[in-house]
Amino acid sequence: MKKYIIIGNGTAAVGCIEGIRSLDKTGEITVISEENHHVYSRPLISYYLENKTDLEHMKYRGDSFYKDNSCKVIYGKKAVRISKTSVTLDDETVLKGDRICIATGSRPFVPPIAGLDTVEKKFGFMTLDDALALEKVLSKNVRVLIVGAGLIGLKCAEGIHDRVGSITVCDLADRVLSSILDNDCAGIVQKHLEANGIKFLLGDTVERFEGDFAFMKSGKQVDFDICVLAVGVRANSELIKAAGGEVNRGIIVNSKMETSLPHIYAAGDCSEGFDASVGANRVLAILPNAYIGGSTAGVNMAGGDAAFDNAIPMNSIGFFGLHIMSAGDYSGVCSEEKTENTLKRFFTKDGYLRGFILIGATERAGIYTALIRDKTPLKTIDFDLTKKVASNLIFSKKIRGKKFGGVV
Amino acid sequence: MKRVYVNEEWCLGCHLCEYNCAFANSGLRDMAFALKDKKIFPRIHIEGDDKISFAVSCRHCTDPICIKSCIAGAISKVDGVVKIDRDKCVGCLTCVLVCPYGALAPAEDGIMQKCELCLNNSCGAPACVAGCPNKAIVYEERGEEK
Repeated sequence: MKKYIIIGNGTAAVGCIEGIRSLDKTGEITVISEENHHVYSRPLISYYLENKTDLEHMKYRGDSFYKDNSCKVIYGKKAVRISKTSVTLDDETVLKGDRICIATGSRPFVPPIAGLDTVEKKFGFMTLDDALALEKVLSKNVRVLIVGAGLIGLKCAEGIHDRVGSITVCDLADRVLSSILDNDCAGIVQKHLEANGIKFLLGDTVERFEGDFAFMKSGKQVDFDICVLAVGVRANSELIKAAGGEVNRGIIVNSKMETSLPHIYAAGDCSEGFDASVGANRVLAILPNAYIGGSTAGVNMAGGDAAFDNAIPMNSIGFFGLHIMSAGDYSGVCSEEKTENTLKRFFTKDGYLRGFILIGATERAGIYTALIRDKTPLKTIDFDLTKKVASNLIFSKKIRGKKFGGVV
Repeated sequence: MKRVYVNEEWCLGCHLCEYNCAFANSGLRDMAFALKDKKIFPRIHIEGDDKISFAVSCRHCTDPICIKSCIAGAISKVDGVVKIDRDKCVGCLTCVLVCPYGALAPAEDGIMQKCELCLNNSCGAPACVAGCPNKAIVYEERGEEK
């Protein structure tokens, strides 16, 4: 009987468990969970603070998940060392395994800002415990400074918006969501956020803190009660690095999710795999890729043959009713469809759709995403027809017949 | 398993499937009361132009990417039917971003809903199929799953 060890208890771990169990119903699976929680949906912590979900509904899988999949979960312990066949925990327990999957995720990057230690109420915004700790200090009169205008910082802003006095978001970048939006699109989103009462200091950074005062590089001062640090994240790749495995910005994996060390796999935010939209390795820290990567690893760990070779960056995110979607990369020729309240930008190169950004017009966007993932040559479809509203009309009758007349 | 399939050459583009879907999932007994003067949010929609039209609804894929992508773990497959737990869904629309068929759209409240083949409403079988005047949409077995 094979023994599997999964280090981590998030989305990639669930993918791995379900991947293993698709082939191996009896092997012994041990999950090491540093957090003392049943697996929950990380991206839902802002929705939790917004009262759009609760602890029960945040469970990524139901209460009986581990039991149904015959998994042993070790809560509150951290893996400190790995070898090809073993994992050592922080209480020096040694677990033996035939296949190991690293699904350790990422942690917030804490910038070396002078005086950060003098800030009394400072929080990260990555985990459920972060959200629960932040929730305790929320009240209608607190002023919040969020450092970082990326996905995490802005979702935090939306989540706490109705429960605090004011929110100021600063970022070194000169635009919001700089990792997924270009300047024009970011401008639209920023305006929308400002209309909802969020204040911004962009192209600016905290030079030093003195207690509840932030002194900005621009010379401005921000007086706050709570500081949320959402500057960026770092992959938890130390276990592999210490064991001599290949690590770049994340743990290097191939399309089978194998690390450079035999019998050891990695998936999710800790890993760096192939980004099919740019044709190079990248950390693609998004939930769908964590699940698919984990599931791919699981199948291969159980002796199957699975590959994850069409990963692309993609995001669907909403703020105060405005939906934003993005996918792929934005090199190439840009064409756009614009109305008073919406903007769609498509990026094409060498006859293929490479990426897109959709603001406020997201209907059937998966048709666009599939064009990128499937590398559909645009000459084989009527792409112009689909820019205003995505439609299956662009495909030939034969292809449509397969899609809607067959088992897919 | 039985799924909804489309014969596009027979589709008249009458949109009746959309109305029958919205009514079937309204939980109401009177169609006029359920739909009259209301914007409907059906789980099937008609696409097309002046020459061709066809209905699009969830394909209940063999390997659904929506399930893998849902950030809330709200989508699951039960006996081959892809279902959504609307209490878990937070309306992020990631499933809309990944469904290659463009088959998914949110309900009026912004939370996702999807075709579940009318197996859990009072119809018991797809209302779009039952009401299609030209039998352009059918509910049957085609091909075998792996």
